[in-house]
Amino acid sequence: MAQEMSLDVNGHAARVAVDDPETPLLYVLRDDLGLHGPRFGCGLGQCGSCTVHIDGRAVRSCIMPVSGLKPGAKIVTLEGLGGPDKLHPVQAAFIKEQAAQCGYCINGMIMQSAALLNETPKPDEATIRQALAQNLCRCGTHQRIVRAVQRAAGTL
Amino acid sequence: MNAPALSRRSLLLQGGALVVGFSLSARDALAQQTFAPVATIGFSKPIATDQVDSFLALGADGRVTIFSGKVDLGTGVQTAMAQIAAEELDLPLDRVAVVQGDTALTPDQGPTYGSLSIQKGGMEIRQAAATARARLLQLASERLGLPADALLSENGVVRPRAGGQGIDYADLVKDGRLDLKVDPAAKTKDSTAFTLVGKSVARIDIPEKVTGRFTYMQDHRVPGMVHARVVRPPAIGASLESVDEASVADVPSLIKVVRQGNFLAVVTEKEWAAVKAAERLKATWSKWEGLPERDKLWQHVRATKVTKDDVTSSTGDARAALGQAARTLEASYDFAIHTHGSIGPSCAIAEFKDGRLTCWTASQMTHALRKQLAAMTGLEPEAVRCIYIEGSGCYGRNGHEDAAGDAVLLARAVGRPVRVQWSRADEHGWDPKGPPTLIDLKAGLDEEGRVAAWSSQFHVPEGAAGNVPLVAADLAGLPHETTMSPGNIIQNSALPYAIPNVRTVCHRLASTPFRPSWIRTPGRMQNTYANEAFLDECAAAAGADPLEYRLRALKDPRGIEVLKRVAEIAKWQARPSPVRDVSGDVLRGRGISYVKYELNRTYVAGVAEIEVERGTGRVRVPRFFVVQDCGQIINPDGVRNQIDGNVIQTVSRVLMEEVMFDRGAVTSLDWASYPIITFPDVPEVVTDLIDRPSEKPWGAGEPSAAIVPSAISNALYDATGVRLRSVPFTPAKVKAALQAT
Repeated sequence: MAQEMSLDVNGHAARVAVDDPETPLLYVLRDDLGLHGPRFGCGLGQCGSCTVHIDGRAVRSCIMPVSGLKPGAKIVTLEGLGGPDKLHPVQAAFIKEQAAQCGYCINGMIMQSAALLNETPKPDEATIRQALAQNLCRCGTHQRIVRAVQRAAGTL
Repeated sequence: MNAPALSRRSLLLQGGALVVGFSLSARDALAQQTFAPVATIGFSKPIATDQVDSFLALGADGRVTIFSGKVDLGTGVQTAMAQIAAEELDLPLDRVAVVQGDTALTPDQGPTYGSLSIQKGGMEIRQAAATARARLLQLASERLGLPADALLSENGVVRPRAGGQGIDYADLVKDGRLDLKVDPAAKTKDSTAFTLVGKSVARIDIPEKVTGRFTYMQDHRVPGMVHARVVRPPAIGASLESVDEASVADVPSLIKVVRQGNFLAVVTEKEWAAVKAAERLKATWSKWEGLPERDKLWQHVRATKVTKDDVTSSTGDARAALGQAARTLEASYDFAIHTHGSIGPSCAIAEFKDGRLTCWTASQMTHALRKQLAAMTGLEPEAVRCIYIEGSGCYGRNGHEDAAGDAVLLARAVGRPVRVQWSRADEHGWDPKGPPTLIDLKAGLDEEGRVAAWSSQFHVPEGAAGNVPLVAADLAGLPHETTMSPGNIIQNSALPYAIPNVRTVCHRLASTPFRPSWIRTPGRMQNTYANEAFLDECAAAAGADPLEYRLRALKDPRGIEVLKRVAEIAKWQARPSPVRDVSGDVLRGRGISYVKYELNRTYVAGVAEIEVERGTGRVRVPRFFVVQDCGQIINPDGVRNQIDGNVIQTVSRVLMEEVMFDRGAVTSLDWASYPIITFPDVPEVVTDLIDRPSEKPWGAGEPSAAIVPSAISNALYDATGVRLRSVPFTPAKVKAALQAT
């Protein structure tokens, strides 16, 4: 029996019908709400491409059951972080550094980095590399990603 | 950087003519982004490769759409194609849009592989654009009553050189069609006049990718679409004996369990339901143990039947010269079975409508896939349309085409559009693999230590770069190819050096453990690894500096230049390897390597710096230097991005990657069991490009992978005095090798 839920996504209240409380948040965001930012990469919490912010923290939405969300939890996806008219500083830095190839992992890179900069506004390079250690990139864009985060932090 | 405006294109069909429409506002971009451009089959746009209209359409609004058979796999070629066309047509970059890989709209320029997108595909577009520009000048000449050489084209307008009113391209070609054959003699722009080619233009796709506005294949949706997951056999050759459909009867929104031969899948309304159903579905499969024992893989390869020998080079008399050599060396190298490792598992959508099949796919070869899908379904190729939508990077032929085959089979079975999303385990387990490569080498040195004789034997599967059979067709017993297509893996088995007596032979094997395909830089990477590492063994035996040793045997000035330049930027110190003191806890060394890609194009030289922990055998590559000469560079920043990626991906392959398997199937089904390099270990890549604007452009994306494994092997030897000849150089292997000394 489908259960109606209310989610706070990118500052908007969204009502969704979920027929399985185990449904990971990722599927609700992508399939029910039509968002493209969070991406399916592994479904195992290993690669980071599904990363979203929940109450400001970077969370792997592919292993986060939608029923496990705290009431009123504020979910922010890459779309909500910033858009073409108002880029988040991390997004702007990724464009400036041309820090993408296929870009499939980039959602996770940006969401993870934005969460890092919230807590540590001026991380050094080793801290950035460590913070992104669980985010996989296959194209090999790592150096540009690190530079983009440094740029966003104003430490480049 | 010049930033092109965010542009989306939509293709509409009006009155039988193709209308190319554009919208620029961000709002429109957002509104449209759920649906990739789709035009209905049946309009008259040509796709033949000898027609200008196949490659480009002049819009009534002054914009031009390029139709490219080569597709952007995340490499940035879309932007480079736009640069090439805008340059040739004298248009600003933001007035050029690119449609890619749609079998109904784009010419068949061959699959997007082999580092040929710019070299071949881009040059075809350049020639079409040059032909179009010449025609525009001619049309303007007729209208203005001035000779064509008194006119110039600029900013989408042809006007008199002497000044005065010009005519817009759109006015010159009213319906946007030129009805013109591509003129191979049409003069292309002189490189001295380039304003866009050779510039680091910002990539068209990146703003959308970093804001979540980009539509990947995995995001695409079609009205009425349902979801599916495949259930693969637990062992590759197992047969499906029975399926207990009751085991999934309670899954909400289940539409159907589809079974055809050994093909099994679940189709549901909701995507998560498909994941659950695939997990829960109970099926019985026969036992199958057709794979070799993993720890006897190389004996298995050596024992595999050879169907033919390809002699890839033969100079002098290698056998006789080996017999007369002052000193001989002999070694065997191996390179493990590798996977592509796409971050996003493959995905495709198929829809049957009115006897026609449409397949949305991230395939690198939509025209070839169309034929495969036609063969599989019994449809005429003309009734099949494949539409490219960019997916996760594939680095060769991964699972994209197979997901398309799955979707087609399922769409036919349920009569609705079906989206198939592979799981992580599907991708790791069932994408075709880079085959195991085993190489035996012998060299004979003369009194001065020079290589006087070289003989090598490569044990690699037979076949070339054709169509890789589709998993669904194979499992379901539908028509499919029965030959192997591992890519053109004999390339770079021959040497780029002037050695008097050489014989290089590829023993082509009748089989290989897994369905093979090309991973990035197929064969060239594995073969160059053995050649350049073994050459380093010769240099060490001769007591020579590895750079000087190579330069001595190299006659090609462009090759000499990349080697000298990489030595310069890496601050190479001339001395023989290994270093004098190999006794510390952390050992450091450097290694050099060189390739002339396929012996007829791009030159690359590289230097790896490495650190080895003696106690653990752990290897790190803190820095990697590359110099590349790929002729004319279209977008330097794009080339640098490709080289960064290629080096980092290959360092990962060399240090840690290996497909694990038991007697039945792949067992490394996730990122824990098939780890790839992560941020803390990623090297700094230092790149220097040699741009030759007046030359032809050559492949840029693949060649640099070829030099990475040998540069690391050579650096390891330099640091430790121990030669590693088995990729990956895992801590266990390195530690064992160090302890054996």
